[in-house]
Amino acid sequence: MSEILRVSVWRGEEAGGFQEFEVPRLESQTVLDVVTYIQRSLDSTLSYRYACRVGMCGSCAMTVNGKARWTCRTHVAKVADHGRVEIAPLTNLPVIKDLVTDMSEFFDKWSKARGRFQGTQTRADDFVRVSPESPKRKQVDEAIECIGCGVCYSSCDVVSWNPDYLGPAALNRAWTLFNDVRDVDQKARLTAVAGDAGCHACHTHMNCTERCPKQLSPTAGIAGLKRAILAAALKGEL
Amino acid sequence: MKNDFRARNHPAYWAFVVHRASGLLLTLFLPAHFWALGQAMGGEVQFDSFLRWTQEPFVKVAETGLVLMLAAHMAGGMRLLMLEFMAWRDWQKSLLAVAAGASLAAGLVFLLNVV
Amino acid sequence: MSARAQVLLWGAQRISAMVLALCLIVHFITMIYAIRNGLTAAEILGRTQGNIAWAGFYMLFVAAIAVHAPIGLRTILSESLGWRGRSLEISVLTVGIALALWGARAVYAVFGGGAA
Repeated sequence: MSEILRVSVWRGEEAGGFQEFEVPRLESQTVLDVVTYIQRSLDSTLSYRYACRVGMCGSCAMTVNGKARWTCRTHVAKVADHGRVEIAPLTNLPVIKDLVTDMSEFFDKWSKARGRFQGTQTRADDFVRVSPESPKRKQVDEAIECIGCGVCYSSCDVVSWNPDYLGPAALNRAWTLFNDVRDVDQKARLTAVAGDAGCHACHTHMNCTERCPKQLSPTAGIAGLKRAILAAALKGEL
Repeated sequence: MKNDFRARNHPAYWAFVVHRASGLLLTLFLPAHFWALGQAMGGEVQFDSFLRWTQEPFVKVAETGLVLMLAAHMAGGMRLLMLEFMAWRDWQKSLLAVAAGASLAAGLVFLLNVV
Repeated sequence: MSARAQVLLWGAQRISAMVLALCLIVHFITMIYAIRNGLTAAEILGRTQGNIAWAGFYMLFVAAIAVHAPIGLRTILSESLGWRGRSLEISVLTVGIALALWGARAVYAVFGGGAA
């Protein structure tokens, strides 16, 4: 292990540039540790975002050596290339400053995809029983683990090419609700995620599946939506 | 900011690049193919003079390229249909290798027959 | 274009792809069979002219192409050039019709009644 890590960090807004830093190498050091060291010891004007530091909150995603990653659980040893690391903000989102992007568009698309649960029960009703073994519930065992970090959205080329495209995370969310037997907003949701700005724009590049830090496959859920919506369109139910 | 090649360098992305490039080139080739077949309308003599041209070595090389593209587009397309229309299983990870193998085999069979 | 129409286009491209996959397997086999001894007009046309079944098969092939290729082209043009909307729909529809007519002409040339 070399003693010093050479780090290029994006500074400024969209039209910024990389600034070089030298950071002492430590054992089990994460990329987030590196950014925190720079901010605390070398340049306190560096802006970045994080919260939980344990891979639960989805705040700290950045582009590390060209690939979107959750920085709190990415070890430097895994990504350093000849003692160098390049850290940039997530792609496909407007840069506010340094490593911080404006994620409103990303979350707005979750609501456009009708990513909100719509039930009929009130607090007076008893719990609905959903068997963990039921096919619909099993279908989303993995998909519900999404932490909303934006890595898939940043990695997706369809998002770059078609700004209206809802993106893997919002569609994955729609897929989990589509399989929720309690939800009553299904028709409106399927319509919201259909067509050129929705699931049918996906080319199965699998960038999202390749990069998801939780190892989910939004591509699989998107394929499920494509089939369900085609069936609905053929029946004239869309 | 936009992604560069580092974000895209994985097998499924390369499969996409092959599928898109071959699809576009095949679409551009189609009018030429239909034109060539239309030569038969002028009778056997005219059709034969066209067919003699296809015996030129560079035409044969180009034809093999076309066959390879067609096979790759078809094999890649069948992979996509399986991913989109069938429930996902682990074996589907091998589809890329199968698709690549099948298209290379088709190109090779054509090449061996044409030379 | 409505979301439903976009979904049906997506479906049409997949269904035409399935038809094309079957057509292509037959096409590959015929192609490799046809080129074994080099290509001559007499040999090809002798096999094809007046053959209704094969003409029907190739008309289906052309129809599937005329559906499949323009839909793919539409996606490529909108993603690479940012071309969207009515002008794009009309352009790719024109491409589809042109491919269908041009392809039908080729089928007629090769299979049509032995006029040569």
